[in-house]
Amino acid sequence: MKSLVTTSSSVSPALISSAGLDVARIREDFPILKQKVHGKPLVYLDNAATSQKPQAVIDSEVELYSEYFSNVHRGVHLLSQRSTDAYEKAREKVQNFLNARSSAEIIFTRGTTEGINLVAQTYGQQHVQAGDEILISEMEHHSNIVPWQMLCAQKGAILKVIPINDEGEILLDEYEKLLSERTRLVGIVHLSNALGTVNPVQQMIAMAHQRGIPVLVDGAQAVPHIPVDVQALDCDFYVFSGHKLFGPTGIGVLYGKKELLETMPPYQGGGDMILSVSFEKTEYNVLPFRFEAGTPNIAGAIALGAAIDYVQEIGLDKIATYEDKLLAYATEVMAEIPGIRLIGTARNKASVLSFLIEGVHPHDIGTILDREGIAIRAGHHCAQPVMERFGVPATARASFAFYNTLEEVDALVAGIRKVQEVFS
Amino acid sequence: MSELRDLYQEVILDHYKRPRNFGPLEGADHKAEGHNPLCGDRVTIYLVIEGDVIRNISFQGAGCAISTASASLMTEMLKGKTLTEVETLFGEFHAMLTGDPSQPADPAQGKLAVFSGVREFPARVKCATLSWHTLQAALKEQKEPISTE
Repeated sequence: MKSLVTTSSSVSPALISSAGLDVARIREDFPILKQKVHGKPLVYLDNAATSQKPQAVIDSEVELYSEYFSNVHRGVHLLSQRSTDAYEKAREKVQNFLNARSSAEIIFTRGTTEGINLVAQTYGQQHVQAGDEILISEMEHHSNIVPWQMLCAQKGAILKVIPINDEGEILLDEYEKLLSERTRLVGIVHLSNALGTVNPVQQMIAMAHQRGIPVLVDGAQAVPHIPVDVQALDCDFYVFSGHKLFGPTGIGVLYGKKELLETMPPYQGGGDMILSVSFEKTEYNVLPFRFEAGTPNIAGAIALGAAIDYVQEIGLDKIATYEDKLLAYATEVMAEIPGIRLIGTARNKASVLSFLIEGVHPHDIGTILDREGIAIRAGHHCAQPVMERFGVPATARASFAFYNTLEEVDALVAGIRKVQEVFS
Repeated sequence: MSELRDLYQEVILDHYKRPRNFGPLEGADHKAEGHNPLCGDRVTIYLVIEGDVIRNISFQGAGCAISTASASLMTEMLKGKTLTEVETLFGEFHAMLTGDPSQPADPAQGKLAVFSGVREFPARVKCATLSWHTLQAALKEQKEPISTE
């Protein structure tokens, strides 16, 4: 788990580089970062929405399609074997990345959203009855709210919500009280996309397990920023998306404990998820294939593997250390601007800076910054209940990756001053 | 900076900071809610219609400078206008917003010409038209909130 953001006032470039990251060299790996937007160098601070791709990821898809592409798990010919090997190798990379015990615990999905829907409609369908409860937090992304609402509607179950404080932290006492005999599952975000809060998921999982309740962790925002060890966390399910981890869109991962996955009914029916089919009876395939019906996203999985290689080569510990300093610097210089209000001031934060400028709607902030070449997100961040909690319709959000620099934070500050000038 | 100045003209900023005809309208006989789910903007339009003339109009809601100013200016423009005139104005307004930025704004637009800068910002056209779409829904007595999506 990362340390608190406590870096003092004078974060110097020297201190940043001491994190051991050669950011100038890293930026060379991302072709998209070299461009200009509206005549200004692109400052890409929308990494919580999606991240940019290093050349190695782009090349991995080109290599597949130009050299060894074929369908997986079904051909005796060489290309099919090579594609299958690369696809399964990618699964092992994910296993290693999450420190899962077995590659059979790694299910490829379309993304975080599909992973959560899969668990809701398999494990949830099997274990949730009328009057049972699903427990989520007030800071969840819509993708960790709506699938549970759908399940609750199907089953007559109840969705319960763990409240948060004004800093954007889970109220653990309230959480403890909400864990009831009727709770069938806890769904909790690891790193909030709207607030930047890093939740104490390990502790929360232990608290749920004391009562025999399984926990799903939404890691969509966490995996690009925090080293994740599913065995140390002891989570029952962990889901994330490839595209926020510098990989392609349309590929994601569901990790599930083998003993749980083995007892769950299939999600979708079709090819590849079966051992044998007759019109009388179908025998389902073993893990992980039972949950991967149809031709999978072969290129997506292989390119996700390349993204994991890339991130691991840099080192997530180094990335987390560097980004902490970047966020601390950004938080500090933003706080000095009159009229700025930060939304999400948890002690343990990563990567995300949600803010408001007095008298200016976030949408207008986004438009003016865009003209300065600065890409941020303006809106509710698919987390409308969090916005409601803080009494705002929307926020502006800058979110960082390891390829961002102190100079880009300075450009953001200059952009914000321009916003204030236009609206003065 | 000049494109930004074209977008955020003084009149627009003035109507954003001091919206006219703001708040619920007593005796309103038509009302509709509009919503832009992309940015969270919400607006409610209240109307008093006599025959085919808009006798009174107001709006309430929270939104960006463009959507708030557009709603405010719309309410100023439309008092006393017939429903046919409203249709024509909206048609011309929409054509201006999505038209060629190099052409001068249509003088028939009057005050609404201040929104001609929006042409350079296609992502913001929905902000400028939200209140107009909501007005149409109010005139049709639509029960469901309308959405820009």
